Amino acid sequence: MNFPGLANQYRADFPILSQEVNGHPLVYLDNAASTQRPTAVIEELARYYREDHANVHRGLHTLSNRATALYEKARVSVAHYLNAKKAESIVFTRGTTEGINLVAESWGSRNLRRGDLIVLTEMEHHANLIPWQIIARKTGAILHFLPIQDDTGAIEWSELAELCRQGNVRLVALTHISNSLGCVNPIKQVCQTAKKYGAVTLIDAAQSAGHAFLDVDDIECDFLVFSSHKCCGPTGIGVLYGRQELLDSMEPYQTGGEMIVSVSWNEAKWKPAPHRFEAGTPHIAGAVGLAKALEYLESIGRRKIEESDHFFGTAAAERLRELPKMRLLGPVADRAGIVSFQLGTIHAHDLVAFADQYGVALRGGHHCNQPLMRKLGLMASARASFYFYNTETEIDRLISVLRDAAKYFGD
Amino acid sequence: MDFDELYQSIILDHSKRPRNRGTLSPPVTHGSGYNPACGDEVTVFVRQSPERGIEQVSFESQACAICTASTSLMTTQVKGKTREQALALQRRFIDFLTKDAPEEGLGNLQALGGVKKFPQRLKCATLGWHALEAALSGLDKEPVTSE
Repeated sequence: MNFPGLANQYRADFPILSQEVNGHPLVYLDNAASTQRPTAVIEELARYYREDHANVHRGLHTLSNRATALYEKARVSVAHYLNAKKAESIVFTRGTTEGINLVAESWGSRNLRRGDLIVLTEMEHHANLIPWQIIARKTGAILHFLPIQDDTGAIEWSELAELCRQGNVRLVALTHISNSLGCVNPIKQVCQTAKKYGAVTLIDAAQSAGHAFLDVDDIECDFLVFSSHKCCGPTGIGVLYGRQELLDSMEPYQTGGEMIVSVSWNEAKWKPAPHRFEAGTPHIAGAVGLAKALEYLESIGRRKIEESDHFFGTAAAERLRELPKMRLLGPVADRAGIVSFQLGTIHAHDLVAFADQYGVALRGGHHCNQPLMRKLGLMASARASFYFYNTETEIDRLISVLRDAAKYFGD
Repeated sequence: MDFDELYQSIILDHSKRPRNRGTLSPPVTHGSGYNPACGDEVTVFVRQSPERGIEQVSFESQACAICTASTSLMTTQVKGKTREQALALQRRFIDFLTKDAPEEGLGNLQALGGVKKFPQRLKCATLGWHALEAALSGLDKEPVTSE
């Protein structure tokens, strides 16, 4: 596989990448935690605040009208990006975590009953685990985990159909791309199975929205969530896509300004979705910045970004395997640009601290996957995660710093 | 370089070859420390008597080099001390790292001074010491956390 070379064309769009850290050129390999922003997004945020800002949906003056138009236009951009038919099915949230909490609370607490099964996988981020634990406790629903077979993260998906046939699966919530294992789950197939048996589906697209082509119409999911900051957009904003009938049937998650039609002393009436779910002044600049980020990603092409991720994941995994005492997590084939590993007995935090001294930014820890790490017999692991602006040379820098670390901390 | 100050040779030595690692046979009290940020766990075991103070001390850890080395160094220092002396040393050590208190009386614990330039590793250096305090109190309760 050849280096796709997107960095040649696009790396210069990211000013933050051209700096030295601890006397070495920065090698940013923590993209699964947060990507960086291109100048276009940074400037759009500044431009919005400089020229167009006012509060939205109170349009009695020009600036408010302009801000409202931009905010709602951002919603349309997101809908196009996900191939959602209607902009009304796009709710702006604070991020993936809030999106899942919203669905758990507003949909889950009203629709889950004692004995219903909530099916998750063992590789879910804590954000797609804890909200369901709480709702299960409230409603009497039962959590069921599709087990991973081994370090590769393989799941026996036929178990899902088996569970569904038994009749009480009410919700299936799973990650598209695992933030720790880097495997890509067959979400379309899962959603088809769930739909056949009347179960509702939620896709955690935190690691895929900025990386892969997503078509909610084709996937046929009921809910899909992601965060802007993992796809070149501002922090503090994210997206919940919900199938229109479901959103319309749900109660608000938070209440207050912006989300009401009328209020009396003793009661209030909600606006329809999506505004019903956006109480208070929203992150207007965030939405505007996100729309710019999605436009930027589209200008590169998500298929190209996906190919690039695949190249980096596969190439880095191959090189890492050459290191002695390397335990690599994740699939052998079809890997996203995420590679987690344990190098000998070196603790991930020591490794990350060491790499940082040479300008290489990695993640170390449990990656918000504590039960998964425990199952794999690890306290923590180190992770390198790539994006289209990374270069082949940066894989060399990673390998070289790990070789040095092995010498430094080795027996 | 700051980094080598953090991982001084004595730290690397104690992390690779921890002293007093393992459990103790009863009678023994133990205390555990847990760092939710990274998942590090340390359990300290002590055998103490009113007359002879801390007779034996050992630990088990699933932790980074700083944490393991700090706990290992701690065990070499508190053995033979009274409970009060050990707790006084704990306070002096934590003040040294957090309040820039003088290093007098700390012996080879001074090697952990590099942590001062890496505040994100402070919890690593102190986790075993919090576990010691819990072990000395003799109450087998929930792990103390570094938070």
